[in-house]
Amino acid sequence: MERDVTNILVVGIGGQGVMTATEILAEAAIALGFDAKKTEVAGMAQRGGVVSSHLRFGPRVLSPQITAGSADLLLAFEAAEALRWCHYLKPGALVLMNTAKLVPPVVNIGLYDYPADPVAEIRAQGHDVHAFDAMDIAVTLGDVRLGNSVMLGAAADHLPFPAEQLLAAIVKRFASRKPQLVDLNRRAFEAGRAADAAAGHKEKQAA
Amino acid sequence: MAAVMPAPAQTRLFLSGNEAVARAVWESGCRVAAAYPGTPSTEMLEEISGYPDIYAEWSVNEKVSLEVAIGAAYAGSRAFCAMKHVGMNVASDALMTLTLTGVIGGLVIAIADDVGLSSSQNEQDSRYWGRFAHLPVFEPADSQEAYEMTKAAFDLSERFQCPVILRLTTRICHVKALATVGERSEHAAAGFKKDVARWVMTPAGAVRRIPLMFEREQALRAEAEASALNFVDAGTDARVGFVTSGPAYMHVRESFPDAPVLKLGLSCPLPLEKIRAFAATVDKLIVAEEVEPLIETELKANGIACVGKEILPRQGELAPHVLKPIIAKLLGEPAREAIAPPAQVFPRPPTMCVACPHLGVYYTLSQLKNITIAGDIGCYTLGAGHPWNALDTTISMGASMGIAMGLDKGRGEADKDKRILAVIGDSTFMHMGMQGLLDIVYNKGNVTVLILDNRAVGMTGGQNNPGNGRDIHGEAAPRVDFAKLVESLGVKPERIHVVDPYLLPVLFKTLRDEIKVPEVSVIITNQPCVLVDDYKKQQPFEVIDDKCTGCGNCVEVGCPAIHVMRREKAVKPSGKEVELQFVQIETAACTGCGLCVQPCAPDAIVKVAPGAPVGILKRH
Repeated sequence: MERDVTNILVVGIGGQGVMTATEILAEAAIALGFDAKKTEVAGMAQRGGVVSSHLRFGPRVLSPQITAGSADLLLAFEAAEALRWCHYLKPGALVLMNTAKLVPPVVNIGLYDYPADPVAEIRAQGHDVHAFDAMDIAVTLGDVRLGNSVMLGAAADHLPFPAEQLLAAIVKRFASRKPQLVDLNRRAFEAGRAADAAAGHKEKQAA
Repeated sequence: MAAVMPAPAQTRLFLSGNEAVARAVWESGCRVAAAYPGTPSTEMLEEISGYPDIYAEWSVNEKVSLEVAIGAAYAGSRAFCAMKHVGMNVASDALMTLTLTGVIGGLVIAIADDVGLSSSQNEQDSRYWGRFAHLPVFEPADSQEAYEMTKAAFDLSERFQCPVILRLTTRICHVKALATVGERSEHAAAGFKKDVARWVMTPAGAVRRIPLMFEREQALRAEAEASALNFVDAGTDARVGFVTSGPAYMHVRESFPDAPVLKLGLSCPLPLEKIRAFAATVDKLIVAEEVEPLIETELKANGIACVGKEILPRQGELAPHVLKPIIAKLLGEPAREAIAPPAQVFPRPPTMCVACPHLGVYYTLSQLKNITIAGDIGCYTLGAGHPWNALDTTISMGASMGIAMGLDKGRGEADKDKRILAVIGDSTFMHMGMQGLLDIVYNKGNVTVLILDNRAVGMTGGQNNPGNGRDIHGEAAPRVDFAKLVESLGVKPERIHVVDPYLLPVLFKTLRDEIKVPEVSVIITNQPCVLVDDYKKQQPFEVIDDKCTGCGNCVEVGCPAIHVMRREKAVKPSGKEVELQFVQIETAACTGCGLCVQPCAPDAIVKVAPGAPVGILKRH
């Protein structure tokens, strides 16, 4: 049963749209006829705390939780959060990460240090990393909130279904809520897809 | 929220457990639903308020919400109320006698246990209420079951004329899964019928109802024995078999796909004979329940051998990574290969929002010396954290009042000059704080009370309450005047101050003056939560690099938009070494509240020019 279920872990901090991104991934999987479960701890998430959202889909999903060491893909909206959660991945599995650093007050006031090089630390654990600045891409396109669609675009070529299926889920979501934002999110999606491809190319060259 | 057109019957929807319960409440023809917000239960009433044909309210506390539902059920309507686990502690006074009167219209009480403490002050097992009040308990394992069991609970409630508990956990409430929904059926109110012997619980009346309660419990046990919701998943490997309920069922199935499982959906009263028969088919019976050993204790008392909390944890979720190694050890199997340990990364606790009106309050409190601060439940509990460290106790809703009173009256000799303060939010004050303040006034306590009125139930997502003049649908409603309210409780008018928490000098002076007065004072702050519509953003501020001296005063405010970009060691004229913190403001996040400007000695913080671009700080 386990081998037929795809486990995707989406992480970041409260307010970044992590849960929405996971929901869109789930909608794409459901549209293809998969069973799906999505879970996260959300209680205090909007106060800038850690958010980790689990998505499992396949012919039938029982437990909604991904166990450490069993995720197929980690989609990280923030650099230190990628490092915090990468032990959830299967050995050698891929991390797609936003390199933007969101520094919390406990680091600002000097109680803790921000990790010096999260990408290198994750690579040292044997994972492939596609790293790109999703925040920069979003801001260049006009709105930091597009980071969500940028990250989904980056994930699009690493799913067990065609990228167009995921794009369709994004378009459907915005068409029903904010139709004026459909085109912008489509562009963000494509920009994220391109950023991932470029990062993947770089990763191969380095190896 | 405006009423929406519900999705048609037979649609397969991706629903959270809370959304699934709400849909089932509507379909069941429920006419009255009430709740006080509380994670993880909040979304049930939020969703219900969007359905047509159903009266929904945010009640002022859980006890009132249950009483509203009881009244509606007495009137013959189907009724529903929802609460988090600690809410039932408040509501249980009503529950424990409600079990004697029973109901006419179906009454379902959803209690959401925060197993794993995602956003709660403790972890409780609400299944105890079923045993304590002799009431049936349903335990769904996912959204589809939450939907189906809510409907079954209404039917059972009406058949047995007793309230039914629907026990949820965070892993049901907040997990989204597919659920197929059905049609709504109407249930007209039967009408209230005068029956003093049943509805007026005097000792003489209650004593006659107790035997009926036990008779009902026996009938319910027979119901549980026969219920299709208590079923066996046959397995091929009977070395261990599981009795399980709620979300633990999914974790057990995931972890041990070949093991036989007896799944309890109607788990109280326990179907003992069904379990006894199942136990005979397996080598070893394991009870997997979250979180207390209720089923296990009852099985052992009835001579059914089983293993439970001797090996399984008594707190937190029984997720696969918890279950697998423990059962492997029991079976003498090797544990799976070790997983890489997590990397060491700084903690990222929840913070107060950019420009939160509580920031000014806690910054000011952190500047006062020789004080003890009794706190309460809400966003402002975060005041106990960095950089303010300005909250000394938190225990339960409204407790800041009584605890402050006790800290005053029970003070030791060493604390005789300590000033005692209490900090409480608007919604928590109305929930359970008013009585405590009355106690302080009546018994002449010396406490300075801060009511942080941000016009919302902030922590749970900004729900409306009697303090902001809007009801659950956002429609106009009478609004509480806190100054008048506390005056009518007996606080002297000259001891009541309404203060803008963004005006730090005023707040500081008011606090410093009032803590010196040896009687009760109330300071009410009056600015809205930044996450609700009442909050108006202003032009952001920025830091002029050349002017910043690195004093770090603004950092003490604790606003997440202020970032330390550079640290330097410096030696003061006194010879003392200090660390300078040179800051920047993330102008894209700043909403211009102006709190950080006030402690900035060199005037290095200024408004961004109108029309100038705002930016995100680059930290690469």
